[in-house]
Amino acid sequence: MTDHAVLAQKFVANSPRAHWHDRALWFVRAKRDLAAKSLPEWEELREHASDIKAHCVAHLADYLEEFTRNAEKLGVQVHWAKDAAEHNQIVLGILQKHRVTKIVKSKSMLTEECHLNPFLERHGMEVIDTDLGERIVQMRHEPPSHIVLPAIHIQKEEVGALFHEQLGTDEGATDPQYLVEAARKHLREKFMAAEAGITGVNFAIAETGGFVVCTNEGNCDLGVSLPPVHIACMGIEKLIPRAQDLGVFLRLLARSATGQPITTYSSHFHGPRPGCELHVVLVDNGRTEILGSDDFRRSLNCIRCGACMNTCPVYRRSGGHSYQSTVPGPIGSILAPARDAAKHESLPFACSLCGSCTDVCPVKIDLHHQLLTWRGEIARRGLLPKSKSMGMKFVSFVFQHRWLYEWSGKLARFSLRVLPRWMIYNRFNAWGRQRELPAAPRSSFRDWYRHRSKNDGGKQES
Amino acid sequence: MKVGLFVPCYVDQMYPEVAWAAWRVLTHCGIDVDFPAAQTCCGQPMANTGCVDQTAPLAKQFVKIFRPYDYVVSPSGSCIAMVRHHYAEFFENSADYRYVSERSYELCEFLHDVLDLKELPGQFPHRVGIHQSCHGLRELRLGSSSELVKPAFSKVEKLLSLIDGIEFTALQRPDECCGFGGTFAVAEEAVSVMMGDDRIADHEQAGTEVLTGADMSCLMHLDGLLRRRKSPMRVLHVAQILAGDDGKALFS
Repeated sequence: MTDHAVLAQKFVANSPRAHWHDRALWFVRAKRDLAAKSLPEWEELREHASDIKAHCVAHLADYLEEFTRNAEKLGVQVHWAKDAAEHNQIVLGILQKHRVTKIVKSKSMLTEECHLNPFLERHGMEVIDTDLGERIVQMRHEPPSHIVLPAIHIQKEEVGALFHEQLGTDEGATDPQYLVEAARKHLREKFMAAEAGITGVNFAIAETGGFVVCTNEGNCDLGVSLPPVHIACMGIEKLIPRAQDLGVFLRLLARSATGQPITTYSSHFHGPRPGCELHVVLVDNGRTEILGSDDFRRSLNCIRCGACMNTCPVYRRSGGHSYQSTVPGPIGSILAPARDAAKHESLPFACSLCGSCTDVCPVKIDLHHQLLTWRGEIARRGLLPKSKSMGMKFVSFVFQHRWLYEWSGKLARFSLRVLPRWMIYNRFNAWGRQRELPAAPRSSFRDWYRHRSKNDGGKQES
Repeated sequence: MKVGLFVPCYVDQMYPEVAWAAWRVLTHCGIDVDFPAAQTCCGQPMANTGCVDQTAPLAKQFVKIFRPYDYVVSPSGSCIAMVRHHYAEFFENSADYRYVSERSYELCEFLHDVLDLKELPGQFPHRVGIHQSCHGLRELRLGSSSELVKPAFSKVEKLLSLIDGIEFTALQRPDECCGFGGTFAVAEEAVSVMMGDDRIADHEQAGTEVLTGADMSCLMHLDGLLRRRKSPMRVLHVAQILAGDDGKALFS
């Protein structure tokens, strides 16, 4: 898989666009700051949410059984999938049983993770993503670049061109209102024709067997209110113990995601509509493995708000696609290597370890520490590029021998002072491509200190 | 009180004036400062690359060298964060490790928390922009980070305020990362440089004349960008401002 750095460099090369992307996401981060600061109890809420998740994850098996029991009492059909393939088979089975060919789907990162759309399409079904951003990326045949703002990397002129080509809007039209109207009309037809609705799940409640889906466009409700079959797909970590816990998470989610006090629609589902079917698919797909790891368990706290992406200075400047993972950004760089470390070995290094993600996270995942731990894990599994592992062996050896360190330092300083510029600044010097190296001083601090001690008649150092 | 001065490897070799300024400030405060010459590096470059086995001997070496002192003080938030927060895995229940880790302080933190410094001589009539280095800010909490809903404070700014004449500039993004990030600076060169350039642009719009901070590594990156662009903005470590002398004449 291409290194994150290679794709990031391409993104940065278009400087106006990279800056536009950075500013668009920083705007969301700034809105989040205002929303967070409107709640004096923000830090307590984060602490509380983190505790609830830690508790729930520690008793996950029990809560999953409790959820299943209560959901079944409500008439929900609950399915268990150990991985993406099993999840896709279960969904396909339900759809085939009802002879469904037209499906509308509201945003679900889990189905993205399982690559459900192409799977169903291979079986002759039409799956329409009904979240506007998701629909735009679907029409472009590309994955979302952000988990909350899937089309954040696309500019309105590009949407205009896409809609002109596929929906027949006026050529050159860029007015958002006009384009949204066109999308609305297009989607309305799809909603009317759909034979089944698929949704994600933001929170499933063990105590009641119900679940909540948060959207801003109302597309979840539209998509599941007409057709007779509703399939809700969820990762097993989406569970919370009690209905009252929603009060904590709903307050944190929208504020962290977009700076809204609450999403426009928080749709609660407690059983099927009369004469209809409601299915919930509980998906593991690697989550119990994460659950078993002391280092990475807390990443299961994630409520997929996307705040870590909006704040990440690297994500903002490299774009979601540079991560080549369904969930990009800091949390994605933890979840992706957990699934396949060899494939995603560059992601934990696509990070300056600034820690902003950890401070912004509403459920207090120690994101940057987990990324650092992943780096160690990647080295331990022998997945580091040789240049890095051999280089660090050498540097460590130098640092373990003081004379060698002093001699190397002297040589480096001498070289920087006397060598011609072309010998220092060339294609082997990535630092110097756009930056100067420090101006080398004649003596080190230890040289000065040694002489100072002598001049003062002070102690000689060992 | 005997303080062991921990000078990060690249500061020792490339920015001796910064170590000297830290030594001078501590000496001015009446502290008995010693520079144990056996020290080399805390091991952070290896740790941040994931090379745990290569970090372990350096962590052990560090604890052994600095165990005899009452405090370890360093003009680097990042290296102190390494010692305080990332050494645990190399020591099994070691009292020596706990002692050293609990008594390691970044310079500003030491002056503020331990010495409770209330006055400093000197004038610095300049527009100063503070770069909040991430490890100092979010690992050591030298100041409040913009993400948290907590009262605002900055130990670095409070100390600099003891010097007459400083006017602080106001940034649009007060604590965004500069993009240094150790090996990140070369491994992700394009993003690193863009991040640095964006920080510089923020300081330019704020009217910063002198860019300062508590970590020379971030400042090395920013200074490298500024010099390549022939910018008039000067870069000084906070110790150099507090010492009232940039110390450059001693080492150039």
